[in-house]
Amino acid sequence: MHPNMSFEQAPPISVPYRFFLTAPLFGIAAGLLLALTGADALGSRWTGEALALTHLMVAGFMLQAMCGALLQFIPVAAGGNIWRPSLVAGVVHPALIVGVVLLVSGFLAVPGSAFVAGAGLIVAALSGYVAVVGFALFRAPVQSATIVALRVAVLALVVTYGLGFTLAQGLRGSYGVSLIEVTHVHAAWGLGGWSLLLLSGVSYYVVPMFQLTPPYPVWLGRLLPWGLLAVLLVWATQLLRPASEAYSWVLLAGLLLAGTFAAVTLRLQARRRRRVPDVTLTFFRGGMASLLAIVAAGIAVALAPTFAGSQRGALLIGMLALVGLFVSVITGMLYKIVPFLNWLHLQRLGGLTVLPPNMKQMIPERAMVGQMRLHFAALAALLVAVAWPPLTSVAGLLFAASCAWLEWNLLSGVRVYLDFRDRIRAADACHAP
Amino acid sequence: MSTTEVLHHHHKHCDELFADAEAAGLHGDWAASAASFARFRDELLAHFATEEQVLFPAFEAATGMTGGPTQMMRFEHAQMRELIEQMEAALDQRGREAFAGAAETLLMLMQQHNMKEENILYPMCNRTLADTVDVAAGLRQRLEEACPVSA
Repeated sequence: MHPNMSFEQAPPISVPYRFFLTAPLFGIAAGLLLALTGADALGSRWTGEALALTHLMVAGFMLQAMCGALLQFIPVAAGGNIWRPSLVAGVVHPALIVGVVLLVSGFLAVPGSAFVAGAGLIVAALSGYVAVVGFALFRAPVQSATIVALRVAVLALVVTYGLGFTLAQGLRGSYGVSLIEVTHVHAAWGLGGWSLLLLSGVSYYVVPMFQLTPPYPVWLGRLLPWGLLAVLLVWATQLLRPASEAYSWVLLAGLLLAGTFAAVTLRLQARRRRRVPDVTLTFFRGGMASLLAIVAAGIAVALAPTFAGSQRGALLIGMLALVGLFVSVITGMLYKIVPFLNWLHLQRLGGLTVLPPNMKQMIPERAMVGQMRLHFAALAALLVAVAWPPLTSVAGLLFAASCAWLEWNLLSGVRVYLDFRDRIRAADACHAP
Repeated sequence: MSTTEVLHHHHKHCDELFADAEAAGLHGDWAASAASFARFRDELLAHFATEEQVLFPAFEAATGMTGGPTQMMRFEHAQMRELIEQMEAALDQRGREAFAGAAETLLMLMQQHNMKEENILYPMCNRTLADTVDVAAGLRQRLEEACPVSA
């Protein structure tokens, strides 16, 4: 008999895995769409194709991985209980998929009723998700920098999808909103609020754990959530008053905060106690280097708005943020989380008598390293394609291939889990009276 | 100094010993890794013994909670002991891959376990026990039993 698990309310393995296995599929779709539309997609960040690509990445790839990870992370890291995780995942996961597919189709065609229905479905799914996750976070017994960051992140998610829904109505011409300003605020709260704060909160926990680095400094855990929240609130005032140059300084402050997080993370990793080659570490460093590059590019755009017409600057920042930063760190973490969850669940299933394969036997190391090289090659091609558009289709294909390889690697981890689980069940059946 | 502070510090010490043992094993320096692994194993097992024989019984007696957190921690100790044995077997057979795989798994489990103790169980112990047990003396005694030469 296994001990009472009440100390750690980890959800069933199918809860996070359905999100993790869906995320790369949106990346494949984004890569193929980019390959099909070619240079036209990157003419500006405002084309229907560019908006479709962006949302395949942020509301598809990133949101799936983040929603799944948070359902697993809150009980383990914060001791917070998630209300009926299987039910929540069973509703939120398919609703998000359908919602994002409808939304993206709307961007590619004329925004019609299906477009608003897609946006509405995303809002409904995320509202339910936020209610459950927010409740668990606010009742979490552990008080830490991670919890503070996650609370502000979830608040930023609400602002992001609220503004996104407003934009969806506006694009249909339902009522007059200033689409450009709302988009600026929507994107800032989504990337700089929800995504970056979630990443920081999770990093405070996993970076010292994976690499045995010193802990993050206490001041960063205080500065980042409240500093970013203040910046995002001031940034949002452009919805109420005419745009002015002062907003460049607000953007600059936000970028410097983000850059501080990247610099501290790289510094801690340089001082890591554990000195063995590690795919997750390389992905993380690639992500943090991308974040520093975003800060440099953002400063160039903010201080010199004529920088390459600013349009290319925005596309470059977008590629660095979505693929360079978030896809890199998410992939790196998946390569640790999936082998560990496999091991943990198999271990509990088999007790101390049937020994599961160790973590390094879950996903072949060579496959992870190969996929990582392809990912960074795709990132390089995407960045070059911003400056030299004829490369766009090739870059799209490379990115689709790297996401397909990621999916394959995750599936091979799941296959090991299923095979071994069946062996444990067969052994149990033999020993049953 | 709180009741469990010594255990908190000892986690960090064990982390450092783990990093040395893992690095030596992965570099194929089997003589060095056998020595550093033995140090790590002795310290970690002394840590578990102190918790299981000194801290947990005191906590269970004070709160009446025998089926909750302490039972979970004992279960995880058993899992980690198993992984220690796997590392040791891999060292004996000079199996680099098996050693690296068991080490990676042990590290993840150990870190998660430590955070649960440091964030949840130790604060509970500090509140309920309030210096009624001398955990530091318990740990010292078990370390001396484990490695009498260095003590």
